[in-house]
Amino acid sequence: MSDPLLSLRGVKTDIAQYHILHGVDLDVPRGQVTMLLGRNGAGKTTTLRTIMGLWQPHTGDILLDGDNIARQPPAIIARKGVALVPEDMGIFANLTVEENMTLAAVSGPIDKTRLEWIFAVFPPLRTFWKNPAGNLSGGQKQMLSTARAMIEERRLYLIDEPSKGLAPAIVSTLARALRDLKQAGATILMVEQNFKLAKALGDHAAVMDDGRIIWTGAMAELATDAGLQERLMGLSMEHA
Amino acid sequence: MVRFLLSGDGPRSLILSVIVALIFVALATAPFLFPGSRSLEVAARIAIFIVLVASYDLMLGYAGIVSFAHTVFFGLGAYGVALAGAHLGRGWGALAAGALGGTAVAVAVAFVIALFSLRVRAIFFAMITMAVASAVAVLVSQLSWLTGGEDGMNITIPRELTPAFRLDLEIFGTRVTGKILNYYLVFLCCTVLFLLLLRVVNSPFGRVLQAIRENAFRAEAVGYRVVIYRTVATCLSAGVAALAGSLFAIWLRYVGPDTTLASEIMIDILLMVVIGGMGTIWGAVVGATIFVLAQNYLQTLMQGAADATAALPLVPDLLNPDRWLLWLGVLFILSVYFFPTGIVGRLRARG
Repeated sequence: MSDPLLSLRGVKTDIAQYHILHGVDLDVPRGQVTMLLGRNGAGKTTTLRTIMGLWQPHTGDILLDGDNIARQPPAIIARKGVALVPEDMGIFANLTVEENMTLAAVSGPIDKTRLEWIFAVFPPLRTFWKNPAGNLSGGQKQMLSTARAMIEERRLYLIDEPSKGLAPAIVSTLARALRDLKQAGATILMVEQNFKLAKALGDHAAVMDDGRIIWTGAMAELATDAGLQERLMGLSMEHA
Repeated sequence: MVRFLLSGDGPRSLILSVIVALIFVALATAPFLFPGSRSLEVAARIAIFIVLVASYDLMLGYAGIVSFAHTVFFGLGAYGVALAGAHLGRGWGALAAGALGGTAVAVAVAFVIALFSLRVRAIFFAMITMAVASAVAVLVSQLSWLTGGEDGMNITIPRELTPAFRLDLEIFGTRVTGKILNYYLVFLCCTVLFLLLLRVVNSPFGRVLQAIRENAFRAEAVGYRVVIYRTVATCLSAGVAALAGSLFAIWLRYVGPDTTLASEIMIDILLMVVIGGMGTIWGAVVGATIFVLAQNYLQTLMQGAADATAALPLVPDLLNPDRWLLWLGVLFILSVYFFPTGIVGRLRARG
């Protein structure tokens, strides 16, 4: 594995009285896509939200290029170049698509070339540029949510189940966009239940269970070993 | 030019545009179109309350902060002018110093309240502001050596702004007096402050506030320090409210706890925001106008209606002018029922 951009060391997170993460150790290599897999309730989303600062870990370190960002406010973490595409899309429904995108460009005005690239990947965003984001369809909202993260070059993209509940055509569009992002050298940590998408995009995989990382390795290795999938996740992902 | 002045955020509805234009023209020509001290009094009050309500809407409608301390800022601005007049004498310099001093104190108080209480849940923040509002009202009543207590203070303003000052000029048969000059000072300042607020809510800062109102967690995750933005919004809102208070004091030439610090005024502000429409700024124009007009003319209207229906049973009793507050309440309930997004929200949705 190449030099990690992000390292989690013994991260434990509680939500109210529940212990969700029981000591997560994970390395996310620079410039590659790491898929975070596991059963429902394994702690994948909590891991992403903890990295983003939305949940505060009570112990452990989260090192972004050596800088410990554990327990820092989310806004500071975002300004350090970490973007989250949340599971619920997290768009601002009352603001227009344009305003959503402008807000996401935290370091200054939107770069026109980058915006054109985003429009090429997600054409509906150009069409509905001046419309309230709340009027978009589910797939278009997911496009907007992903585009918000892509509007600036980030050091790390945290993407939570982008294909959830979307039609296959929209999933293909998203997959294309994420492939473009990957080819541009982005570092991505992604939670995904769609194994086909995970297999197509992932370089590495980390499998979680009960708030811990129980396996890490090459995505190709996990993708080709049905027995390993069965053992780690309780089912063969090819048929999931 | 108009688009620039309105920061690209016009009324966005034909009916609303007509209503706003009518209100603007009526206020701009009030001294000549509606001669008489009562109508001028109502016009000045409408202009000042538009700014006061718009400044409150910046907090409530744009940033989603529920505060009950807005009258404190309004009062600080008013008492700033009164105290400056009392200690620095009659003059333009004293007026400016009082208005700026009152505004500075209001911003400082807002900063302290925001810094200590915006981190807590909205309900606790609202309770803290309520406590501060009560404390300040009691303090002003008790510190009679400084504030005049319950009696309040008369304010000395430059002679050019008093009724005694008369210009050798008549417009539409109305002699131009210092009172009319005073009115135009209030009107112009209110117009500038309103346009300033319109600029603020349509700036990148205003967009962040709207994002925070919709979901503070998301805004934080995108990269905006919610506490800082909310604190700045509270301070800005307090500053504008204080300037509105200064204008109110200059207009009335009097300040007392009942005119600026009373909890009834806070309720009025809330009603005006809700009636006009939260998070629209233009809602302040419509809400304040309707409410102040109702406050001042509903009784007269009801007297007329009671006289006209004198022959009928029960109806004249119901329309008795003494029951104006009841009807104002009914009007409020109806407006909330039929216009849950306020009049402006409804008109914009239709447009």
